[in-house]
Amino acid sequence: MSYIKKPRVHHPGLTRNRLGLTRRDYEGTMSTLCAGCGHDSITAAIIEAFWELEIAPHEVAKTSGIGCSGKTPTYFLKEAHGFNGVHGRMPSITTGAHAANRELVCIGVSGDGDSLSIGMGQFAHVVRRNVDMLYIIENNGVYGLTKGQFSASADVGSTAKRGQVNREHPIDSVLLSLNLGAGFVARSFSGDKEQLVPILKAGLRHRGFALIDVISPCVTFNDHRGSTKSYQYTRDNYNQLVYADFVPPAEEIAASFEAGDVRSVQMHDGSRIAFRKVPDDYDPTDRDQVYGYIRERQRAGEVATGLLYVEEAPQEGEHSDFHGLQATVDEPLSSYPFEDLCPGADTLERLQERFR
Amino acid sequence: MAVDNRLSAIGGDAPASTNGERPAPRVNDLAFKIGTVNGTGSASANGLLRSAIFRMGIPVSGKNLFPSNIQGLPTWYEIRANGDGHTARTARFDMVVAMNPATYERDVKEVTPGGWVMYDSSWPLPRDLDRNDVTFLGIPLAKMTVDNFKGSRVRILMKNICYVGALAALLDIDLDIVRTLLKETFAAKAKLLDANFLAIDLGYDYAREHFDCPLPVRLAPMDGNEDSIVIDGNTAAALGCVYAGATVAAWYPITPSTSLVDAFTGFCHQFRKDPETGRNRFAIIQAEDELAAAGMVIGAAWAGARAFTSTSGAGLSLMSEFIGLAYYAEVPSVFFDVQRVGPSTGMPTRTQQGDIQFAAYASHGDTRHIVIFPANPHECFDFAVGAFDLAERFQTPVFVLTDLDIGMNDWVIPKLEWDDSYRPDRGKVLTAEELEAATGPFHRYLDVDGDGIPWRTLPGVHPNGAYLTRGSGHDRYGNYTEDSEPYADVLARVGRKIDGAAPHLPAPEIRLRDGAKIGLVTIGGCRGAVLEAVDELVERGIEADYMRVRAFPFHPDIEPFLAAHEVNFVIEQNRDGQLRKLLIAETDAEKAALVSIRYYGGYPMSCHHVMDGLARHIDIGADSGPREAAALGAAAPGAAP
Ligand SMILES: Cc1ncc(C[n+]2csc(CCOP(=O)(O)OP(=O)(O)O)c2C)c(N)n1
Ligand code: SF4
Ligand SMILES: [Mg+2]
Repeated sequence: MSYIKKPRVHHPGLTRNRLGLTRRDYEGTMSTLCAGCGHDSITAAIIEAFWELEIAPHEVAKTSGIGCSGKTPTYFLKEAHGFNGVHGRMPSITTGAHAANRELVCIGVSGDGDSLSIGMGQFAHVVRRNVDMLYIIENNGVYGLTKGQFSASADVGSTAKRGQVNREHPIDSVLLSLNLGAGFVARSFSGDKEQLVPILKAGLRHRGFALIDVISPCVTFNDHRGSTKSYQYTRDNYNQLVYADFVPPAEEIAASFEAGDVRSVQMHDGSRIAFRKVPDDYDPTDRDQVYGYIRERQRAGEVATGLLYVEEAPQEGEHSDFHGLQATVDEPLSSYPFEDLCPGADTLERLQERFR
Repeated sequence: MAVDNRLSAIGGDAPASTNGERPAPRVNDLAFKIGTVNGTGSASANGLLRSAIFRMGIPVSGKNLFPSNIQGLPTWYEIRANGDGHTARTARFDMVVAMNPATYERDVKEVTPGGWVMYDSSWPLPRDLDRNDVTFLGIPLAKMTVDNFKGSRVRILMKNICYVGALAALLDIDLDIVRTLLKETFAAKAKLLDANFLAIDLGYDYAREHFDCPLPVRLAPMDGNEDSIVIDGNTAAALGCVYAGATVAAWYPITPSTSLVDAFTGFCHQFRKDPETGRNRFAIIQAEDELAAAGMVIGAAWAGARAFTSTSGAGLSLMSEFIGLAYYAEVPSVFFDVQRVGPSTGMPTRTQQGDIQFAAYASHGDTRHIVIFPANPHECFDFAVGAFDLAERFQTPVFVLTDLDIGMNDWVIPKLEWDDSYRPDRGKVLTAEELEAATGPFHRYLDVDGDGIPWRTLPGVHPNGAYLTRGSGHDRYGNYTEDSEPYADVLARVGRKIDGAAPHLPAPEIRLRDGAKIGLVTIGGCRGAVLEAVDELVERGIEADYMRVRAFPFHPDIEPFLAAHEVNFVIEQNRDGQLRKLLIAETDAEKAALVSIRYYGGYPMSCHHVMDGLARHIDIGADSGPREAAALGAAAPGAAP
């Protein structure tokens, strides 16, 4: 880690987005993770995504569990409220925050241990509750912070630094969340910013639960030969299955794509996801097919990445995200006027006739 | 001969067998118990009885002793009516309505000598149940309902209503009131109403024809309930949450707390729908477990909503890691713990005060919480509102500890009151304007005002308010730290904050008597039993002062009370004397001056438990031990020495 403080001055040459903010304004404090940790690259991609989306930092609520991954919300969006809670329970904190204030842009950062071991229950339930959030699993196959034990995402046959071999079957967050009904499911690699940033942007704009599992090598405990979550292994077996571009509402899909290649999926706010490099027989909106395809690639020893599945936004009726299901009012509950919440003395008087 | 009398009652028309001495006439001071089978619909009949007595203006309580079962196991309903307002549970039953053959034996045993047993004489009672000091009143209830109603479910239900009719005759319950109540219930179901009326008459007429009605122990109208209502604590607490402006509830079902959220849901649907859109001004989340429920409450409160959860001991255990987080990260949050019998699953449908110590220090590390202890549904309502104010004022979890008896049983309480000028105390929260005007950076954990309470900001309000809430070590500026001084600085300040809350919490209820040398100290739902004991002691020429602890950390009035008595009897419902231990740990009271009286068998505490406990330490005059042994019997083994 580094103890050097970041300079406070803004570089005049830094580009500003339409809010007048530079990428610097989306940063946090200096990372204290190991140099080369995949998590730091994800942080950089998050900063880029928010800057490009032109979201005001203070409208964001960033939450995390415990682990090296759990520390990262400190490293981006210093002007956003953050909550680094307890191990494996980021989903419930986020659910509560989102229930209270639906206007917050919720981003939750978790680890593979945090989500798939101790937090497995909460992970599953935040998916089925369809909480409107971007959920990032920084997946390194180990518990980084407790020094390298296998996590539940470790593949069969993957070896630990000291040579032990994992024999237990992995839990795959992508397959799992497809099963649980997630409307947005992606896998990416911390080393592929070009792929990662558009997916993060689309995930932030997706209404409802969006999962992105990012292979994020732990250089200290799981980057050796024999690991299936190392930089080398991931690069060697990487399959950029679905390349997706995020297209904001007002923009045209870039003409540079070859017409036949582009398939676009409409999102609830009018933005679109333009898919390219998609195999002919692959439909990113067909849950069952996607599931089968990923299984097939896994059997072939490949890590299928990209925005693997997305549900088309419902055109009418109540949305089935958390607040749609709850049928809550449009305004945040957290600031709802008390006068409209408290029934008052006369009502209490009348109500009590029932108890006589 | 007693046995013959009873047997003769079985065969034909079942006249009363008048065994033993007839008790002296007594008006508006009686208790009876109805033993039925779970799932047979007796609850509405029993509620009808309780409501009728209430409408006669007589202070009354109804206690439901039910099993952890949906259908088939024994269940009892105890009704106590007392003109002096003593409606705590009693172990002295003037009458038992024995409707469940499976419990005949213990039911018959529980009747006070000189009392009555009403039973269904459609079948003979086993011979060995005889007692020659009680009177058996046989009524062929099953036969009457078979003769008059069709369909097995209707017959089962009408059998219950039949015994209500019989009791109305025997105890002199106003039949017009019973009919009015039925009319209110079945306003839209004329057919059912007719059936109910018929069942009432069948029971009533049979009793009038065959027994000497009313019995010498009976009821008479009075005007004790003009400004009262009958309500259970969970409903009242839920109403308090609505009135306090709570908008987010997260929970996981667990007896006996479930009905709190159920009631909250009902009230929200009634009062919290946007009149135009029909959308909800609330979010109620049935979580996957209590860990998640706690997390949701903390997340919602962090984001600025008034949020609460309702659970019982097992759930609170699961929440404890999160409770420590909320304490240390200073997130206002409200936890209702409707206590039941532990440890572990314990006896989930029985009552206890076993979580006092746990709640006070829940979670690992140095934690100490604000806990408030309502004694009845009235305080459940008031304290529910207060809990949100305290949580936000002191930025900390607040626990409202009730129990199954308070939460699920029917209590007669003074009408709830509401002051329309009430506005929530949201505590120290900086607004967008204040943040905009701020000249320096915002520091979340800085003790600006010297009261141990820092200022808070909410997400989404203003960039100047941003900070990272964390359960890991942090300094007064909100930054991560692993250094001893800044860590200890914050922890000490949080400790001071909780200490400083004590005088702002509900003061103890104290009742002093001239010449009193002993103190009776109690907590929560033991109130009624202990106040009754105070009266009973007076009758025996003993004066005792009374104090009921209503909050932790202890209010400054508590220690002087303890110091003023050579002996304080600390009366509570748990095995280990948890309130006593807390008093020893957290006040300067002499250990030897605090003598424990405990009952923890799972039923609500009664005056007899208190008197028995006292009798073990001081001379309170004769007439306590043997009666208790018989009255409590096997049903209440938990009286601690
Ligand atoms: C209740 C609890 N148990 C155990 C721990 C210790 N612990 C901290 S981080 C961690 C594992 C983190 O692994 P992962 O989620 O994969 O995050 P990474 O460090 O790999 O990013 C564990 C077991 C804890 N903080 N809390
Ligand atoms: S231990 Fe691994 S996961 Fe943790 S910071 Fe270092 S490289 Fe990253
Ligand atoms: Mg990990």
